[in-house]
Amino acid sequence: METLTKETKQMEKRKTTRLSGSEAVIQSLLHEGVDLIFGYPGGAIMPIYDALYDYHEQLHHVLVRHEQGATHAAQGYARVTSKVGVCFVTSGPGATNAVTGIADAMIDSTPLVVISGQVTSPLLGTDAFQETDVVSITKPITKWNYQVTHAEEIPEAIAKAFYIARSGRPGPVVIDITKDAQFGQLDFSYSPIKHIRSYTPVPKVNPDNIEEAARLINLSKKPMALIGQGVILGKAEKELVAFLEKSGMPAAWTLLGLSALPSDHPQNVGMLGMHGHYGPNVKTNEADLIVAIGMRFDDRVTGDVNKYALNAKVVHLEIDPAEINKIIYADVPVLGDVKESLPLLTEKVTSNSHQEWLNEFNACYKIEHQKIINKEINPIKEKMTMGEVINKVSGVYNDDSIMVTDVGQQQMMAARYFKFKQSRSVVTSGGLGTMGFGIPAAIGAAMGQPDRPVCLFVGDGGFQMTIQELGTISQTKAPVKMVLLNNSFLGMVRQWQELFFDKRYASTELTNPDFQTIAKGYGISGEKVTARENLDEAIERMKQHQGAYLLEVAVEKEGNVFPMVQAGASVSDIRLE
Amino acid sequence: MINQEFTLSIYSENHVGLLNQITTIFIRRHINIESLTTSESAIEGIHKFTIIVNTTREQVEKLRQQIDKRVDVIKAFVFTNDEVIHQEIALYKVPTEALLNSNEIERLVREYGARILEITSEYTVIEKTGHKFETQELFEKLDRFGVSQFVRSGRVAVTKLSKELLTNYLKKLDKEETILD
Ligand SMILES: Cc1ncc(C[n+]2csc(CCOP(=O)(O)OP(=O)(O)O)c2C)c(N)n1
Repeated sequence: METLTKETKQMEKRKTTRLSGSEAVIQSLLHEGVDLIFGYPGGAIMPIYDALYDYHEQLHHVLVRHEQGATHAAQGYARVTSKVGVCFVTSGPGATNAVTGIADAMIDSTPLVVISGQVTSPLLGTDAFQETDVVSITKPITKWNYQVTHAEEIPEAIAKAFYIARSGRPGPVVIDITKDAQFGQLDFSYSPIKHIRSYTPVPKVNPDNIEEAARLINLSKKPMALIGQGVILGKAEKELVAFLEKSGMPAAWTLLGLSALPSDHPQNVGMLGMHGHYGPNVKTNEADLIVAIGMRFDDRVTGDVNKYALNAKVVHLEIDPAEINKIIYADVPVLGDVKESLPLLTEKVTSNSHQEWLNEFNACYKIEHQKIINKEINPIKEKMTMGEVINKVSGVYNDDSIMVTDVGQQQMMAARYFKFKQSRSVVTSGGLGTMGFGIPAAIGAAMGQPDRPVCLFVGDGGFQMTIQELGTISQTKAPVKMVLLNNSFLGMVRQWQELFFDKRYASTELTNPDFQTIAKGYGISGEKVTARENLDEAIERMKQHQGAYLLEVAVEKEGNVFPMVQAGASVSDIRLE
Repeated sequence: MINQEFTLSIYSENHVGLLNQITTIFIRRHINIESLTTSESAIEGIHKFTIIVNTTREQVEKLRQQIDKRVDVIKAFVFTNDEVIHQEIALYKVPTEALLNSNEIERLVREYGARILEITSEYTVIEKTGHKFETQELFEKLDRFGVSQFVRSGRVAVTKLSKELLTNYLKKLDKEETILD
């Protein structure tokens, strides 16, 4: 490889050891500080697994039950630790099974390095057994990918992979290694990569733009901060709080920005977007300034962009230049890491409290509480609601556990009703909305933060999309507390059918298995709650139980998530019922 | 906003699969590539893609940002037609008989500043360099004599600017002055 030759030559001058390509893979991972891999073996990656066998004490491998599970578990691990999640998959079906998780990591900016085995290089392009063109398939869904065909390329390819995955706006990287490169020999030495000519991970902050942003903030009567995952990825939670407390502006969050700001912070006004809170949605069109902090104006957040932030100027703090003006025009773009730009901005803004403006949000919250929240967490109907269960679980864990969700109604309810004290406490599939994300992501989160409780909320649909990962839980003893909110429906789709398709429930009702029997088969304890009076004790038993637990709760079949900004509607037209 | 023709000049590392990386960005946005050429640039080891699209200023700017974002892309620039000097090359294959039967073809060749590359007993190959409308016009006129093959290359372009954008960018990179906005 031309691109690698210069560096490879430099390496030759350093002290080297003669290794096989496979062992070089393992050694490279150790150099990058990896101690955990999620994967699944197969023909084209067997040499690497064989090399791993000698290192099992330094490098723990979690055998998942499906490669999609490996990617989601690695995502869960990465999201709670800020480290790079690592996966091993074999060629062909192994790699294609990993595609969903790679796409999910791409759209949610999660650092992953996925190492896929590939057929031996002379067979490339010949439709060999278990050959797929993984590099082409994953090009649009990776931050970077590369095919290694010679053993000598391995250390540098892996060093580049880790650098790219974790620097700047993080993302997934795929390294596809042919079997002959795994078997080949090389003189191994490792040096981490810190610079790539064609890649600027963190643009420098432009002081003029800070000046201009501060001027707009200081002039503004009704400013509003929108917090995205950029704050968490940039580890800028303290800087965020300092900025918010000095500027006094209300702050709302995107789904992925959840937990960056403690739930009980007085300026925390709730979630943006489709199932977000009433205040932050309607007030978006009353604000005279939007300060977007590490967020990307997803359509689930903005609704109709032509009717979004109509009276506001926009200051956009963002690490990725491609996000500027992509969806919403930024009057003042502030490129750079928010960890760096926020303090510069805080320094320049004048102290303010915006109490009246905040009171307007609080008034909205009162309306929402009366019309929706209270009914959801203190229901008078006989059937239990999702919000009620989630609210209770959160309380039992002192609002201080890691929340993992699957996708659907339970996800939106969890985002709305679970509470947080510390950052990096949410693992959810935001951009891709991948059902089946929950169970494996919870496994990864539990392994990444073994000292923190991990609560998974999952629907009966999503549970069955990666149900096989119960096997991984049983083998690894990952202490995942699974709360299965069973409504016997693909709830979120059913809700749309009810509201927008005349209640024509096409293929959304589920005939479910006995989940408790299945859990039992995997050696996982659990119980099913069908009556409200048993709920508190059941949650307590789940908490007290050592290890994984499946708490299944029969919730009302046709519950709906509100408020709701209909797809394509304006945030101002948020429906409360 | 109205559609217009833009030239994207994209400089990248010379890696396998780069074309694929770049074209997927057009595919995702459902933007048709009107023409594409790739070659080495003036700087050793740096590859240049010249891509022509018909779209709005807003769209092309978003395309440029997303192309720029790819790790292996060094820098992407957007130009309007009046900011570049550009050419395409066209080849026409006509029957030699037609050439011999009248002097009309020779006249066209002179009028259009084209030239004859090769004459065999069966066919004659004519070459013309110019803007697309010129090579197209010549095609239409020659086709009366039966053009059996016609091919036009993608556009190649250089900027009219006196300062070299890429060289400046690389210098900035060396000095780590990477304020991008
Ligand atoms: C892989 C995948 N397929 C389909 C969908 C579309 N979808 C979104 S929510 C949903 C229903 C989820 O049902 P369930 O898991 O029971 O959760 P609930 O909404 O009832 O909480 C579906 C089918 C999706 N998001 N992901």
